Amino acid sequence: MRNVFLFIRQFSVFIAFLILQIICLYLLFTYNRFHRTKGLGVAGEVTCYFNKNYKNVQGFFHLREENRRVHKMNDSLMNLLKNNFVKIDSLDSLVRETVPFDTTGRQRIYKWRSAQVLYTTVNNDRNYLQINKGSNDGISDDMGIFSSNGGLVGKVVNTGKNFSEIMTLLNVMNKLSVQVQKTGRAGMLSWDGTNTTELDMTGIPRTDTIRKGDTILTGNYSLSYPPGKWVGTVAKVLKDESSNFYILKIKPAANFGSLQQVFVVENMNFIEQKKLNEETIKKVERKAERK
Amino acid sequence: MSDLVKNILRFFIFVFIQVYILDVMPHLHELITPYLYFLFILWLPFYIKRGWLLVLSFVLGLTIDYFLMTPGLHAAACVLVAYLRPFVINLFAPKDASGFNYKEPSPKAMGWTSYSLYAVFLSLLHNGYLLFLEWLSFGSFIVFLMKVISTTAIYMLMIYIAEFLFPRKLRYKTNVA
Repeated sequence: MRNVFLFIRQFSVFIAFLILQIICLYLLFTYNRFHRTKGLGVAGEVTCYFNKNYKNVQGFFHLREENRRVHKMNDSLMNLLKNNFVKIDSLDSLVRETVPFDTTGRQRIYKWRSAQVLYTTVNNDRNYLQINKGSNDGISDDMGIFSSNGGLVGKVVNTGKNFSEIMTLLNVMNKLSVQVQKTGRAGMLSWDGTNTTELDMTGIPRTDTIRKGDTILTGNYSLSYPPGKWVGTVAKVLKDESSNFYILKIKPAANFGSLQQVFVVENMNFIEQKKLNEETIKKVERKAERK
Repeated sequence: MSDLVKNILRFFIFVFIQVYILDVMPHLHELITPYLYFLFILWLPFYIKRGWLLVLSFVLGLTIDYFLMTPGLHAAACVLVAYLRPFVINLFAPKDASGFNYKEPSPKAMGWTSYSLYAVFLSLLHNGYLLFLEWLSFGSFIVFLMKVISTTAIYMLMIYIAEFLFPRKLRYKTNVA
């Protein structure tokens, strides 16, 4: 027994080193796996407090630039308002009683909220940003985020009470479906972690003609984003020699380095659509098993 | 100013610089991420106990981590640096039987050559370990190696700038005082 104590005493620093190292690695590996949920605990609220105060000072110096962008966005939104609504079939009286819709006979499917960006990085492989609204303001996971000039920024991955975290397009884990405005062809948008002004788009066959400067919009089949919103423009057209597809380099519309105000888009039917989707998969699989 | 107050101030200044300046500014190149905060560990006094050194580094790393939303990543690298610091100091410091004449590691106390070696060695360790942990989940090996080299180079540049801009006034320690 005495030898054990002597051993511990002799190597106390090394043992402390090992223990601290294990704590660090445990935090690191459990954190990333569970979708960053542990980050927005007490520590998250503390860092958000500092970020908020810092942003108050810093935001003052960007007001003019931000005002100009917001004004421009508002102008264009006036023309786009119809896009946020879908027409309800007036013959279907049963649906009419249960679905919330306003006096013009249109049902709202997307709701826009504005939020302020508290902290953002562009230097890592995985870039996230924090906004100053959380579940208290009606934000929940998987909502879309757009910048003040209307470009797609990313989607909400984690919500705290008063703050949320957003995974931006500049994140190697981010993958989403987008379309080319000219042809309507859908492709996948991702990021390879190198250049912050170039995103990769794949899945466009070489039979289509794509030119530099073509507009890329959000895809039609996403639950998080409204279809047909601006994502970016084509900066380079590369041909993948090994396959029949293009590799397009996309210049994102949003400037990730200077985000101040963002819009959070909520799909009002998100829960219902998602539930239906999951249940369908379950149902079909069960049928397949029975056969 | 006592060493305690001085180091507490330094802690906050380094965290502020790292979180609100170095990490927010647009980067020069995709391979270069400037890390300056662990200069705090290099500047801690010679006489600090090794246990405290570990604990302080852990706290520093974890603070940075919670701001950058990567719990454990920087803390792990900091703890490694803190554990190996005494060995590296013994390796590169001038062999003097009466101990060190200055309180902290600095070019003045150790000489420019051995101070640079000390800084290069520890920053290679720090960046190597940190980027290795990042590389485990994403990226290719060549990019990882280039990242380590370029990050260390930019770190050494920042150390020299810091040493020239803020020369620390270190009192010569005598037996009398």
